[in-house]
Amino acid sequence: MTTTTAPAAGAVAPRQHAPAHRPSLLRLTVVELRKLVDTRAGRWLLITIGLVAAAIVTLQLIYAKDAEQTFVNFFTPSLLPVGVLLPVLGILSITSEWSQRTALTTYALVPRRDRVVIAKLNAVMLTALASVLASLVVAAAGTLVASATGGAGTWRIDALLLLHAVVLQVTSVLMGAAFGLLLLNPPLAIVGYLLLPTLWGVLGEMVRPLRGPAGWLDTSRTMEPLFASDVLTGEQWGRIAVSLLVWMVLPLAAGLIRTLRREVS
Amino acid sequence: MITVENLTKRYGPHPAVDDVSFHCEPGTVTGFLGPNGAGKSTTMRMICGLTAPTAGRATVAGRPYRELPNPGREVGVLLDASAQHAGRTGREALTLSAYTMGLDRREVAAKLDLVGLNAVAAKRRVRAYSLGMRQRLGLAQALLGDPRVLILDEPANGLDPEGIFWMRGLLRDFADRGGTVLLSSHLLREVEAVADRLVVIGGGRIVAQGDKSELLSGGGTLVRARDGAALRRALDAAGLSAADGSDGVVVQADAETVGQAAADAGIALTELRPAGSGGLEQLFLTLTAGESTKEAVR
Repeated sequence: MTTTTAPAAGAVAPRQHAPAHRPSLLRLTVVELRKLVDTRAGRWLLITIGLVAAAIVTLQLIYAKDAEQTFVNFFTPSLLPVGVLLPVLGILSITSEWSQRTALTTYALVPRRDRVVIAKLNAVMLTALASVLASLVVAAAGTLVASATGGAGTWRIDALLLLHAVVLQVTSVLMGAAFGLLLLNPPLAIVGYLLLPTLWGVLGEMVRPLRGPAGWLDTSRTMEPLFASDVLTGEQWGRIAVSLLVWMVLPLAAGLIRTLRREVS
Repeated sequence: MITVENLTKRYGPHPAVDDVSFHCEPGTVTGFLGPNGAGKSTTMRMICGLTAPTAGRATVAGRPYRELPNPGREVGVLLDASAQHAGRTGREALTLSAYTMGLDRREVAAKLDLVGLNAVAAKRRVRAYSLGMRQRLGLAQALLGDPRVLILDEPANGLDPEGIFWMRGLLRDFADRGGTVLLSSHLLREVEAVADRLVVIGGGRIVAQGDKSELLSGGGTLVRARDGAALRRALDAAGLSAADGSDGVVVQADAETVGQAAADAGIALTELRPAGSGGLEQLFLTLTAGESTKEAVR
């Protein structure tokens, strides 16, 4: 930007400046990360995720048998509640632009909407990774307390479990974001995200002919092996892939198209 | 510079904007006038790439808006002052935009200061802002990247008289230094005071455009009679197009024709004068008479 000779107070002059570069994806990702924490709602959602992980470890410390108070046993149970809250974060990151009507500003500054969406997906995936880190930290704290209070306090953790945890949390946040992109409305997307898979799960249990497909399409069943450190078979990965194709990839693709075409007003 | 060529937007069979063309030159303020639902906002959203046109095109600084690499540095846009996250502070909203555009953080404080939002206001959440404060924040956001073009939709809405006066000076100054301003309003007096050129839209179509002085001189004739209904009948019988103004009937004909029509019908007039002195409001009412003013249904 060129400097102008001190303009009169309150004056606005159109300045000639060097040709502006388009904002990089990294810059847009930082902006989206900042949007996750700069409102009270966003901040509390993140704090809640941390608190839930801590609460799970505390309950384990109080109620679990001493021999079971190990690092892995503190870490694994915290994945489930955190994995329920992360998609809400993904949903809100996408849909609040429309419910709060900030899309008008966002897409006026960055008309390439696909880049904004990619930046948002980057931001929520980074948050999912951070949540795994948070789970590890509270599990470590739990293990320290356990070894001091007579629990087993074993530290051993299989690297595979860590990989599973990362896959689990990243895909759940992306599933939420996909629902948000598709529905573009916070209550609808949250209810849809929480209700549809559950409904599907119940139907899969009750209706016999659905039981077979449910084994491939019900994410709560296909993802279950990820809560352990056993090596997954090709079929198990296949089931995960198929269920994610339906609940994550398809809504992401359809939602991206909808977001690109939608009129911003 | 803004160029709009044959822009058209249809929602189903209903054309919200119908074959609109105009352009705005550097150094001028263009007033974009029309009643509610005339298609002003839709046109502006199409210029800014937020709504895809059914036909036609628009360019800003020589390129379609969507192809500008960093639009905030070229064009300041304020389309709706209430489109801010209620839970963010005013300063935070600007900080996000400044970072997106790659601006120095000091610009945020400078622009907040410029629009008269003090440190206390800047730290408050937008939820607690009055409409006037939101307009000021929106204007700060539009000016943030030091653009050469401003596109503002009803920026005077919610501002107090002092604020309107201040904004008028700011926009005039911006244009006098070589900037291009497109400003929509239904506050006719406000536009009359600041605009060089006028584009008047009604029912999605442009009904008049040109230099303000040119347009105002062709404002028709204002006529009044004790028996208003009889006057209207006489004007209709003479085939003159008439519209009710705030203080009489505005007729698109010269005083002689109008006077003769009244005399033929034996009507005593209480007033007969060029409507031009009545200003833009008469013109506006005349031009949009009979045009649909219902809200665009989407």
